Amino acid sequence: MAKGNILFTYLLRLADDHLILSQRLGEWAGHAPTLEEDLALTNIALDLIGQARSLYSYAGAVEGQGRDEDQLAFTRPERDYVNALIVEQPNGDFAHTIVRQFFIAAFMVPFWREMEKSGDDQLAAIAAKASKEVAYHLRHASEWVVRLGDGTDESHARMVEALEDLVMYTGELFEKDPVTDAAIEAGFAVDVSALEDEWRQTVEQVLGEAMLALPEVGYMQTGGRDGIHSEHLGHILSELQYMQRTYPGLTW
Amino acid sequence: MAEVVELGKRSDTKVREAAWAAAAAVPDPEIPVVTVADLGILRSVDIDADGAVVARVTPTYSGCPATRMIEQMVLEALQNAGFGDVRVESVLSPAWTTDWISNEGREKLRQFGIAPPQKTSNSKRALFGETVVNCPRCGSAETERVSEFGSTPCKALYRCKACKEPFDYFKCL
Repeated sequence: MAKGNILFTYLLRLADDHLILSQRLGEWAGHAPTLEEDLALTNIALDLIGQARSLYSYAGAVEGQGRDEDQLAFTRPERDYVNALIVEQPNGDFAHTIVRQFFIAAFMVPFWREMEKSGDDQLAAIAAKASKEVAYHLRHASEWVVRLGDGTDESHARMVEALEDLVMYTGELFEKDPVTDAAIEAGFAVDVSALEDEWRQTVEQVLGEAMLALPEVGYMQTGGRDGIHSEHLGHILSELQYMQRTYPGLTW
Repeated sequence: MAEVVELGKRSDTKVREAAWAAAAAVPDPEIPVVTVADLGILRSVDIDADGAVVARVTPTYSGCPATRMIEQMVLEALQNAGFGDVRVESVLSPAWTTDWISNEGREKLRQFGIAPPQKTSNSKRALFGETVVNCPRCGSAETERVSEFGSTPCKALYRCKACKEPFDYFKCL
């Protein structure tokens, strides 16, 4: 694969992670348990969509086929999406949303911090902005983990269930494959396998405070980076892409 | 048109100063008491080799929905000031921080009822690593955070326990 192709695929994976998670969080608009939390989740979604837009725009420019951020987001079929499986998992109850958010934010904080050192100026610039934003996301999720884990019997039980349901999607975040290997070799990517210890430390520390524990898991789900998704992504895209599928090329 | 000809006669520095003044006066669409220059999001105004005015702006948060509107408003302000050939570029690096808000901008925010981003505080709680935000209305440090996310991406919701008023805090980034 040529360097341009690797950068394009690498950017697309990141952009898809951010767009799909943003879309999931956006589903809470008008449904969150309190007004403040409604604002918090949609604010985080807004940060994520801003990050996704920067990444898609850059990916489009790197590809050089004239595709812009909108075409990349709205016209690719499910199998061309290369997000990690965890971001497409359903919101479930509030505990599931918070655990998903917590797992991802605990990963994104070290990820963007390391990306600030990228040999690619544009990626480093996107990282410098994102780093500041994800610090808020992690604090928000951590506070909820403690509040719910160390809350009532009901909230504790729901957190335990959410942890058990979602932990098997965390392994994929630290996976390497020929694309990431080539990207690291080219000097613009983060070696995600090196972030796992820090992630585990952050997660276990907060879970400890919340009277919870990270469940042991024997098997990690994978496939998103190759376009092999859970059944949920198709449903997300059918809503996300509805307008452009129905009226191709429609503009406001 | 007469204005354009007149501007053409001036030296580059004068033209740049005039262009800066026109762009700098653009108000933030969500917090209109402060200008884009007060917030530090208008990064530079230059004249390029072809004589075009190039204004560079930077977003506060990646997803700030006002970014595009600000770019449009800066463009229009420059055109209205008589500059014909104008470009507005968005730059990400170096990343904007709340330290770029001018002292004048901070004071305008406070008077408007938005607590400006705080680095220092007169409260003992700050010694223990707690962010202490003074109430923009009564000045009390006895305030509490209601939510870290507020009405726009750059603000958090607070409540003053002294004067009982809720207020926005322009959070540190």
